[in-house]
Amino acid sequence: MHTPDLKDHAVLAAQFNANEPRVNWHDETLWWVRQKRDRMAWSLPEWEALRDAASAIKHNVLGNLHEYLLEFERNAIANGAAVHWAANAAEHNRIVLQLLQQQGVKRIVKSKSMLTEECHLNPYLAENGIEVIDTDLGERIVQLAKEPPSHIVLPCIHKKKEEIGELFHEHLGTPAGNADPQFLTAAARTHLRTEFLQSRVAITGVNFAVAETGEMVVCTNEGNADMGAHLADMHIACMGIEKLVPQRKHLGVFLRLLARSATGQPITTYSSHFSKPKPGQQLHIVLVDNGRSRQLGRADFRNSLKCIRCGACMNTCPVYRRSGGHSYHNAIAGPIGAILAPNLDMKQYADLPFASTLCGSCSNVCPVKIDIHQQLYKWRQVITEEGQAPASKAAGMKLMAAVLSSPGRYRFAGKAARWLLRTMPGLINNRFNPWYKQRELPEPPATSFAAWYKKNR
Amino acid sequence: MKVGLFIPCYIDQFYPQVGIATLQLLEKLGCEVGYPTGQTCCGQPMANSGFEHLTDGCNRLFVNNFADFDYIVAPSGSCVLHVKDHLHVTDKETAATHIREHIYELSEFLTDILKVERLSAKFPHKVGIHQSCHGQRGLHVSQMTELVGPAFSKPQQLLQMVDGLELVTLNRADECCGFGGTFCVFEEAVSVKMGKDRVADHIHNGAEYITGNDVSCLMHMEGILRRQKSNVKVLHIAEILNSEV
Repeated sequence: MHTPDLKDHAVLAAQFNANEPRVNWHDETLWWVRQKRDRMAWSLPEWEALRDAASAIKHNVLGNLHEYLLEFERNAIANGAAVHWAANAAEHNRIVLQLLQQQGVKRIVKSKSMLTEECHLNPYLAENGIEVIDTDLGERIVQLAKEPPSHIVLPCIHKKKEEIGELFHEHLGTPAGNADPQFLTAAARTHLRTEFLQSRVAITGVNFAVAETGEMVVCTNEGNADMGAHLADMHIACMGIEKLVPQRKHLGVFLRLLARSATGQPITTYSSHFSKPKPGQQLHIVLVDNGRSRQLGRADFRNSLKCIRCGACMNTCPVYRRSGGHSYHNAIAGPIGAILAPNLDMKQYADLPFASTLCGSCSNVCPVKIDIHQQLYKWRQVITEEGQAPASKAAGMKLMAAVLSSPGRYRFAGKAARWLLRTMPGLINNRFNPWYKQRELPEPPATSFAAWYKKNR
Repeated sequence: MKVGLFIPCYIDQFYPQVGIATLQLLEKLGCEVGYPTGQTCCGQPMANSGFEHLTDGCNRLFVNNFADFDYIVAPSGSCVLHVKDHLHVTDKETAATHIREHIYELSEFLTDILKVERLSAKFPHKVGIHQSCHGQRGLHVSQMTELVGPAFSKPQQLLQMVDGLELVTLNRADECCGFGGTFCVFEEAVSVKMGKDRVADHIHNGAEYITGNDVSCLMHMEGILRRQKSNVKVLHIAEILNSEV
């Protein structure tokens, strides 16, 4: 249905579904995370009030983003950090490269950052002769496999432990056939420790930035952001401009929601606050727009910028669990990715808002109460208005609307369809009908309800 | 109380028995029911596919057919939600607003407006409830597992009034079946996989029948059950609530 050079969620999802036991495994693994999240939510009687508060705080941030950004910049500079502004991914990448070239480094460590994924920083730096070692375990695994992350919190959730064992055997020299998670983690730890010790520059993402204090909070379970940033001469923190919270006290709301929503933990192992560079160290903060101010200007979609990247919408999404993160062909997969991506490129991501049944579970788990499924519906309208719907679909919809707008045409079409199904079922029940591939059509009744009503009432 | 019966297009054409059960049930409960014969569809198939701008014809028909009723009732949470959220006609906005505010899915109409407390129905079988998403998460006919709040379920409340009926507990109480309108054909692989998983949950927990308040989801699951040659059947909740003692 899409032009051949464009990736299509339905096609990629069908490929993922070719291996049903694997789909079951993927679905059950993520459902387990969703259940952990439910238990954590239920452990706080004030859960729904927390979601309301978080949503309201972010509403305020988005309404006053300009002032908060300037306040943050002022305070960060006063703390001794250097602040850089990047209008788009290319500018972000250039700024980072410049800083690295200034330091004369060829190999650096990076802790998990979805923003640098969004900007495709790793391949850009590789083209410029700089190797990036991702230090988040899951992220390192997909990096070794030369794949993008399939989930924003659990980047290698699509990989089984045996596959990880093989990767480690190939790249880190662990014994063949060893897939013991504890052993593999220890091997990765040894490997990464060497990288940490050698790296003169560390890049981290940012979970929250506090306007009032100019500090940044980075949440990890592995302490890899801290390890990198503390050992390096230069810490580069890359963040989207929507990551702000007004005051330090607001962190309490978000830190209580983030890990509970993401993985069903009360809090991440490390919630590290970075404000001042240590003596002799440089701290650089890159503030990135990359389409965010455009999204801010779209009244129907601005709420999507409240996202704190917990991934709860992915874990609960029945489509995501059964199609895998890579089927979304975007740095951010799942329902949230499907409402963020069309803002970046409406043509390339025209398929994503349709990769949903609009069941609404995503909006219900969202800790900042983004109306995700309603935005999916609205993106569908925008994509059609912008002429991105396939011509065959548009023609079909016009025909359907013409039939359903006229009681006479509707009655005739219904009668004809039922008659066809009764007398020549093969015309409808064939391999060209996607419904019939794995499902029966309903048995066609002789009369419609309307005809019955006319006769009986 | 004048009740306008809205029978969504695919129910009219393929599941007339659901329309009949809904009508008979409302009549049994003392409603004066009218069925406007010029009705077709709520327009959702176009709107959910990104073509809401093509639904003006359906919207006009809907307002013309249903403006004069005190309440509008339909055996479909999904179509009701669509009307509630999207029915607008520029020169007939008062009538459209009246409809949006007075349209009900059948089970919520029975519990909230008619305040039904007992039914004379018998259905001695094990039944699993499929919580259709639009009725549940859109119209709030039952509590949602994602939210921290008190449990309630309007369909369950009604089914518990049926003599001999035994409800089964599912492993996943409110996961989507994967129908999703045109999603069921444009995303065939995922749609079917979701449907297979939903059906398996009911079968695993001993259901003989799967019921719910949306025929579209039931049609999808029935299609899968019949392809699997399963003995498990689907019935709309109206058919069970209207079953003879």
